[in-house]
Amino acid sequence: MKVSRRTFLKISGATAAGVAAGSLGFDLSPIKAHAATLRKDLKAAKESTTICCYCAVGCGALVHSMNGKVINIEGDPDHPINEGTLCSKGAALIQLSANNPKRLQKPMYRAPYATQWREVSWDWTLDEIAKRIKKSRDASFVTKNAKGQVVNRTDGIASVGSAALDNEECYIYQKFLRSLGLVYVEHQARI
Amino acid sequence: MTNHWTDLQNADVIFIMGSNAAENHPISFRWVNKAMEKGAKLLNVDPRFTKTSSKSHMYAPIRSGTDIAFLGGMINHIIQNRLYNETYMRLYTNATFLVDEGFKTAGELDGVFSGYDADKRKYDKTTWAFQRDGKGIIKKDSTMEDPHCVFQLLKKQYSRYTPDLVSQITGTPKDKMVKIWESYATTGATGKAGTIMYAMGWTQHTVGVQNIRTMAIIQLMLGNMGVAGGGVNALRGESNVQGSTDHCLLAHILPGYLKTPRASQPTLKAYNEKWTPKTGDAKSANWWGNYPKYSVSLLKAFFGDKATAENDFGYGWLPKAEDDISQYYWLMLFDEMYKGKFSGFFAWGQNPACSGANAQKNRVAMAKLDWMVNVNIFPSETSEFWQGPGMRPSNIKTEVFRLPCAVSFEKEGSITNSGRWMQWRYKGGDSPGEALPDGEIINELYHRVRKLYEKDGGVFPEPILNLWWDYGDDKVDVHRVAKEINGYFLEDVTVKGKTYSKDTLVPSFAFLQADGSTCSGNWLYCNSYTEKGNMAARRSTKDAVNGIGLFPGWAWAWPVNRRIIYNRASVDANGQPWDKEHWVIKWQDGKWVGDVPDGGWPPLSDDAKTRYAFIMKPEGHAHIFGPGLADGPFSEHYEPYECPIEKNLMSGQKMNPAVKILSPDTNTPLDVAFSCDPRFPIVGTTYRMVEHWQTGLMTRHCSWLVEAQPQQWVEMSTELAALKGIRNGDRCLVRSARGEVNAVAIVTERFKPFNIAGQIIHQIGLPWCYGWLTPPNGGDSSNLLTPSIGDANTMIPETKAFMVDVVRKEV
Repeated sequence: MKVSRRTFLKISGATAAGVAAGSLGFDLSPIKAHAATLRKDLKAAKESTTICCYCAVGCGALVHSMNGKVINIEGDPDHPINEGTLCSKGAALIQLSANNPKRLQKPMYRAPYATQWREVSWDWTLDEIAKRIKKSRDASFVTKNAKGQVVNRTDGIASVGSAALDNEECYIYQKFLRSLGLVYVEHQARI
Repeated sequence: MTNHWTDLQNADVIFIMGSNAAENHPISFRWVNKAMEKGAKLLNVDPRFTKTSSKSHMYAPIRSGTDIAFLGGMINHIIQNRLYNETYMRLYTNATFLVDEGFKTAGELDGVFSGYDADKRKYDKTTWAFQRDGKGIIKKDSTMEDPHCVFQLLKKQYSRYTPDLVSQITGTPKDKMVKIWESYATTGATGKAGTIMYAMGWTQHTVGVQNIRTMAIIQLMLGNMGVAGGGVNALRGESNVQGSTDHCLLAHILPGYLKTPRASQPTLKAYNEKWTPKTGDAKSANWWGNYPKYSVSLLKAFFGDKATAENDFGYGWLPKAEDDISQYYWLMLFDEMYKGKFSGFFAWGQNPACSGANAQKNRVAMAKLDWMVNVNIFPSETSEFWQGPGMRPSNIKTEVFRLPCAVSFEKEGSITNSGRWMQWRYKGGDSPGEALPDGEIINELYHRVRKLYEKDGGVFPEPILNLWWDYGDDKVDVHRVAKEINGYFLEDVTVKGKTYSKDTLVPSFAFLQADGSTCSGNWLYCNSYTEKGNMAARRSTKDAVNGIGLFPGWAWAWPVNRRIIYNRASVDANGQPWDKEHWVIKWQDGKWVGDVPDGGWPPLSDDAKTRYAFIMKPEGHAHIFGPGLADGPFSEHYEPYECPIEKNLMSGQKMNPAVKILSPDTNTPLDVAFSCDPRFPIVGTTYRMVEHWQTGLMTRHCSWLVEAQPQQWVEMSTELAALKGIRNGDRCLVRSARGEVNAVAIVTERFKPFNIAGQIIHQIGLPWCYGWLTPPNGGDSSNLLTPSIGDANTMIPETKAFMVDVVRKEV
């Protein structure tokens, strides 16, 4: 439907938003209802602070959850860098939560030559990976290099990742990898 | 960043080049805007007119890969017009230092510096050394007129970078170029500050490091280092890439930027000697002279009580890399994977099937593995590589373990932003299904691998069995990890008359010891979690006494909560700020006030007690002449590896002479590249957009973001579109020597053809956030086009300048 700019401004300025928006061709009442419920829930929700997981500006965000379910994420007005604002990615953080059905939920295993994933247990997965780490390490461990220098390293396993890990996770991950003797250790900083 | 985000408001001139900050670090513009409200000018140089350009006072276009020509021209302009801050240069840089008389600039040797071995593609740096007197102190010429002093060599090196030649090379209109130089050079005036915001537009080139070096030289010439609103500011790409770099998930470094041990350093003594710089100058703090305190403290953090003076603190348990460390870097890692070197591979929170240059090579390489462990929050082109385009699962033996993990707000811990702020964050919601925090998965794997070695023995189990892993009986207590990173006193230690008890947290790295009495997982982070508490969790919005947006009580910054580093250069010899209004530190009543000073020593005027400003350099002076790099102590313009013109207009050396070249002869059939090939006549580049992030692994699973930006596109000029018969919205194929992507055409005025010495060169660009997995028909990764070649120092791939063609896709 054709609406002139002046008419649009008149309509969208109207107070009865649900009715007014109807003349634009869409109904805002379900959104109004959602906003009203959210306002009520936020008062009862648990509020915690986080830092956005996207770029490295490090904007602050507030996470509201009820019984472990995230119901809202918005900018943290107290954060000195973003002062409550977020870009479109930060504004969509809630879509990364457990509310998104695409989130990986269970360990999966793909066997050699298989065309499908198979759901497996954590216990099995972690044991199988540990076995393979040991097997690859023992098979590819180099005690002395071609020059006869002692090197004690594992040339047959490589790792990339991750700038998405917390500092504490990065630290223990590199500690783990180096205890295994890995030298092929890289991540996003190199690209 | 040497400075930080909220500091941007203090700049008089903001230069954004090699970055589209308005698009990709959007909230940074809150502070750019504040600076502009106060009268600051915004200058922008980019191959394309971007959102950043649209906010700029001045914009100039530039052909991708010619940044050194532009910046070298700025250096020449600053010198010829005497716009440099001579006082600052004398006090704080090595401009007065005398260099070996045998040193020759690239202008004298047709594009290479003295000492080049063309067969090895390497420099012998003997002539890059400074002249020293009998006591080993570097000789200086305070007049800066000696032909062998750094300043005169700088002048000689960039004298060829005339406005005419630079304009021919870059395709930048001369008048626009000179106006930008003039505007930026105004920050050379005492009390004025200019800042540079850059990102991957500078790093992703075969001359990446030298791009940044050239700007660092400019900042030193203009007196912009260490001051509010100044600095060299890298806008990093991921939320914790700063932290992951600081904790050194990289082949060449250990936490705190210590070096990974090499085969030629069989003992701790040899290792420490190799990496601990010495200085003969008593006024140089030579802070890296403390290296052994940090390396021993790290070894104690790794091996605890098992690390003793008798066993070299466990040094023998760390793996030793070969001396040529770059053979382990990303591009070579995937090269080796392709050749079948690895039986196992972790792709932990990363998507190399889309993020790596020459992505097809990475995808094929993964099929050579015996097993891969992939940990992420969503499926990706990496976890699903075996069922990707062109893959036959029945031919692929790779076992894949796809592990579900927690997203950022489902766990507690810290991340470090680009401004070095370590910020603590909390668990806000539960993970879906059985997803676990990455830390828990790592913890489980370590314990299970350890059990296997305890039970079954195996090859060299010592480093695994002797590892100090004390983070909790069941789950990982991240606070314990954070405290270990900070460090503890392992026995009662007395420092400057005060005794610190065993098992208490070390207050800062100034207290770390080389005798095994302290541990610290990362000396740079020592001071972040102390007896006063978790510094990263602080939330005070009170500014410091100097009111320049430091926020010293918000979170914690390394090192030791210093918010602007090199701040000893923000004052004159008497410790008084160059800029009275935006002062960082000042010497008052016998001490420094303001930001945490870069060392508490008195100002330079106190000859007996002072230290030079740039404490991380052995000579205490910032490097205008920088002999530490692989490809030159100054920068020199070279063309990208895949290049549109026959000759480099600057010299006879077409490409960076120190870059490792991968080719089908020496590496894999997929390492093809073509320059001046009529099949690929257009310069291609890649970039990001606000709605998507990196490979899109996360954002492509967010419907709101996909709705805004649903599919792969290629941006081109109206002129090129007309030549190719392409209209806005047409389906196109973009091809390079390595691959092809399907993209929707965006025909725009934002790109314009470049006139390069009379030759018309077109450039196009694509975002790199798409992948075949999702959304359906969204397009595949632009990294299928990019070349497997990287910078001479870091080997970061040259994904910002390569050669392509674009054609309309016939229906």
